[in-house]
Amino acid sequence: MSTVTTPTVTAPAPATAATAPAAPARTRKRRRRAPNLLTYAVLFLISFIIVVPLLWMLLTSFKTDFDAISSPASPWPNPFTTEAYGTLATGNLPILRWFANSVIAATAQTAIILVTASAAAYALARLEFRGKKIVFGAIVATLLVPGVVFLIPNYLIVDSFGWLDSLWAIIVPGSAGAFGVFFLRQFFISLPNEIEEAARVDGAGDFRIFWQIILPLSRPALATLAVLSFLTNWNDFIWPIYVLLSPENLTLQPGLSVLQGTYSTHFGIVMAGAVIASVPVLILFTLAQKQIVESVASSGVKG
Amino acid sequence: MADPAIVTRPGGGLRPRRAAAGRRTLTAYLFLAPFLVIFAVFVVFPAVYGLWISLHVWNPLLDDHPFVGLQNFFDLFTPGSLTFEDFWESMGATGIFVVASVPFLLAIPLGIAVLLNRKIKGGSVFRGIFFAPYVLGVAVVSVLWRYLLDPQLGVVNAVLGLLGLPSDIPWTVDVPWAWISLVGITVWWTLGLNTVILLAGLKGINPDLYEAASLDGAGAWRKFTSVTLPGLRPVMTFVVTVTLLASANMFGQSFLITQGGPGTATRTAIMYIANQGLVQNQMGAATAMSYLLFAFLAVVSVLNFRLQRDNTK
Repeated sequence: MSTVTTPTVTAPAPATAATAPAAPARTRKRRRRAPNLLTYAVLFLISFIIVVPLLWMLLTSFKTDFDAISSPASPWPNPFTTEAYGTLATGNLPILRWFANSVIAATAQTAIILVTASAAAYALARLEFRGKKIVFGAIVATLLVPGVVFLIPNYLIVDSFGWLDSLWAIIVPGSAGAFGVFFLRQFFISLPNEIEEAARVDGAGDFRIFWQIILPLSRPALATLAVLSFLTNWNDFIWPIYVLLSPENLTLQPGLSVLQGTYSTHFGIVMAGAVIASVPVLILFTLAQKQIVESVASSGVKG
Repeated sequence: MADPAIVTRPGGGLRPRRAAAGRRTLTAYLFLAPFLVIFAVFVVFPAVYGLWISLHVWNPLLDDHPFVGLQNFFDLFTPGSLTFEDFWESMGATGIFVVASVPFLLAIPLGIAVLLNRKIKGGSVFRGIFFAPYVLGVAVVSVLWRYLLDPQLGVVNAVLGLLGLPSDIPWTVDVPWAWISLVGITVWWTLGLNTVILLAGLKGINPDLYEAASLDGAGAWRKFTSVTLPGLRPVMTFVVTVTLLASANMFGQSFLITQGGPGTATRTAIMYIANQGLVQNQMGAATAMSYLLFAFLAVVSVLNFRLQRDNTK
C-alpha cells in the first residue's frame, strides 16, 4: 500500500519530522507536518478497507470454484477463467433477463418520477393556489413514515391490479415517493423570478414557462434526481423479493438472493452475479459522482 | 390555502379576481395531477388501508376477513399470544442492532469528515472512494460479505489464520459474532453517506470561530468540543435521526447473511413483519405490528429532536 509514498509528496521531510522530538527549533515544523502524515495514513487505511473487498469480489469472479475457496487464499485467480460468467449466461437461472428487467424497471421508474415530480414541484414552487399548504404538508409528512407500513397494503393493491409477479409492481408504486417532489421544489424555488416575469409579460402561459424556462434551467437538478432515482430502484430489495415470484421475472437484487441459495458455495459464480449487479451503478456513480455526493451532502445542511 | 386577501380586496372587481384565482388553482392541480394520482393510490390509500387491515384477521387466501377490532394490537401486549414473544424478540433484535450500530455510524464518519476537512490533497478522491459502497445494493454487499465472512471457507478467517489469530470465528452463525458482522458490514456499506453530510456541515462552520479559539489558547480537542460539535448540531440532529431510522429498518443484511440466525437471534422487526404478512399470510397481525413499529420510531424521533433542542439552549 502506498500510505508512505504519497504523503512524502506533500510533506518533503517526514524523516526529520519523525525523528526530531528533541530539537526545539523543529517542533513547530513537526506540529504542522506530523498530523498530516497521520491523516493520510488513516485515510489510506480506510480506503484500503473499502476497496479490497470490492476488488476481491471482482477477482473471485474470475476464479474456478476450487480456487475461490482454496487456502491460503490468494487474491489472484489461478487459473484466470471466465467460467463463472459462462455458467451464469448459459445456466438455468436467466441472469441476462434479470439484468434487462432491472434496466427496464429502473429506467421506466426514473422517467415517471422525472415527469410527475417536476410538474408537481413546479406547481408547489411557482404557483399560488388553494390547498397548497395542505398538499405540500401531506407530501412531506409521508417522508417520515417507514416503508414497512406500506408493504402489506401495497402488496394487496398491486395484487388487485394483477401486477404481482410483473415489472409494473417494480415500476409504478415506487414512483410515488415524496423525495423527488421535495428535492425539485427546493431547486425551483431557488431559481430567479426575472426571466419568468419577462416571459409572462410576453404572454407565455404556465405550461410554456415550465417547459421552456424552468426545466432547461433545472437540468443539473433533474440529472441528479434521475441518477438517485435509478440507483434507488436498481438497489431495492425487500419489495421485489416479495412481489416478484417466478424466476424469469426477477430483477437483479432478488436474483442475487436466488443465486446465493442455488450456488451457495460456488463463490465464483455468486461473485460474478454480484459484479454484474454492481458494474452499472458503479459506472453511473463514477460519471455522476460530484452531483450524487453534493446532493446528498446538502440534504443535512438544508434539512 | 390561497391568499384570501387577494380575492376580497376592496375596490378590485371581486368576480374576475375570484375567477382568475379559480383558474390558477385549476392550472396548479393539472400540474399536480399525475403525481397526486400515483401518490393517492400507493401512499395515502395504503396508509389508511393498512389500518383497516390491522383490525381484521386477514388471510389473503381466504375470502372472509373477520373483523376483530383492536385484537391484533392487544395480542402484541398479551404474553402468551401467538405473536407476543416472536414480535418482541424481533423488536429486541432491532433494538440491539440500533444500539450497536448507530454510535459507530456516527463516530466513524465524524472522524473521517474531520480528517477530510483538513487541508489535504485528493480530498474528493477519498470522498468518492468512501461513498462508493453506498451506491451498491444491500444484496450485492450482503452476498459479498457472506462469502468473505464464511466461517469455514471465507477469506477473513483465512487471513486471521495467516496472522496467527483464531481462524475459526463463527462470523455469520453465532452471537455475538453475527451482530458484530452485521454492524461492521453496515458501517462498511454506509459510512460514506454520513461522512459527506457531516463534511458539508463542517465546511459550514465559520473559520473565525477556530481562529478565536486558538487565540484563547484552545487545543485541538478543546476546539473540537467547543467549536466543531456545537457548530455541527443542526446537521447532527438530521444525521442522528436518519441513521436511527435506517438502522431500525434493517432487513436485507439479516435476511441474506445470517437468515435471522442463529435460530431467530438476528431476525429484525422488519424481517418478522414481512414474513408474518407475506409468507405466513397473517396480514392483520403484521400490519398491526408495522403501525406499532412506526409509533415506536415516531416517539424515538421526537425524543431525539427534543434532546438535541434542549442541548442547544
